[in-house]
Amino acid sequence: MADNDQAEVWKRSLTLPSARGSSRLVTDDLLEKLGHYGWPPDDIFAIHLAAEEALVNAVVHGNKLDPEKTVHVECLVSPELMRIEVTDQGEGFDPKRVPDCTLADRLESPGGRGVMLMRSFMTRIEYNAKGNSVLLEKRRDPPPEA
Amino acid sequence: MATHRRIDVSKTGDVSVVTFTDPKILDEAVIQELGGELFGLVEVDNRKAILLDFTGVEFLSSAALGKLITFDRKLKTAKGRLKFCGLVPGILEVFQVTKLNKVFDIRAERAEALAAFS
Repeated sequence: MADNDQAEVWKRSLTLPSARGSSRLVTDDLLEKLGHYGWPPDDIFAIHLAAEEALVNAVVHGNKLDPEKTVHVECLVSPELMRIEVTDQGEGFDPKRVPDCTLADRLESPGGRGVMLMRSFMTRIEYNAKGNSVLLEKRRDPPPEA
Repeated sequence: MATHRRIDVSKTGDVSVVTFTDPKILDEAVIQELGGELFGLVEVDNRKAILLDFTGVEFLSSAALGKLITFDRKLKTAKGRLKFCGLVPGILEVFQVTKLNKVFDIRAERAEALAAFS
């Protein structure tokens, strides 16, 4: 086992195939570690949702399910902080150009809610300039007692 | 009557009550199958009053939201009515963030939702 359950910070770096369902290779361990560090259920739900959206976006929209391409993931979990960086090998996109799906004329559009959900549920979300890598952070609130 | 793998369907009066067999609705293949089964309730079975009871569902991805929106459209086109109940707080927040709580009639309990059909 590469992980040390006693460590205050759990880190994981892995490369995923561009296949449907590959997000579980990340989320299963991530959720287990969040539980291990005593994160509350509401935060675990929020992190699961945001991580799933980021990973599916990378596999489906970024790499377009191309078996020649991979998704690189860097994860960090501590008792106070969760960080996940997801990078695909696609052409990237401009997150500012994703239409607001809460506007009346787009409210019933079937797609385009993943980025909004990540923004809402995470403490911090940043894309790189190319738009093929997203960094998600969730800070536990309130912080555990020292 | 179609057989279902992703949903269970029962009748309470004129209302078809649908529950979900998967606690986590996130896998693309599951969502596709789920969508097909829901659409069949309208397009094949001609059901007009449908309650989706999410009791037991712990997680829902944005891809599943898309299927629910399409399902709602199909039911509205058929002059049917759709209501939701039994959403856990996290999933309810997903609907609130995306403002889909304005599109769907979401009730807390099954009894309240059933009463709202009459």
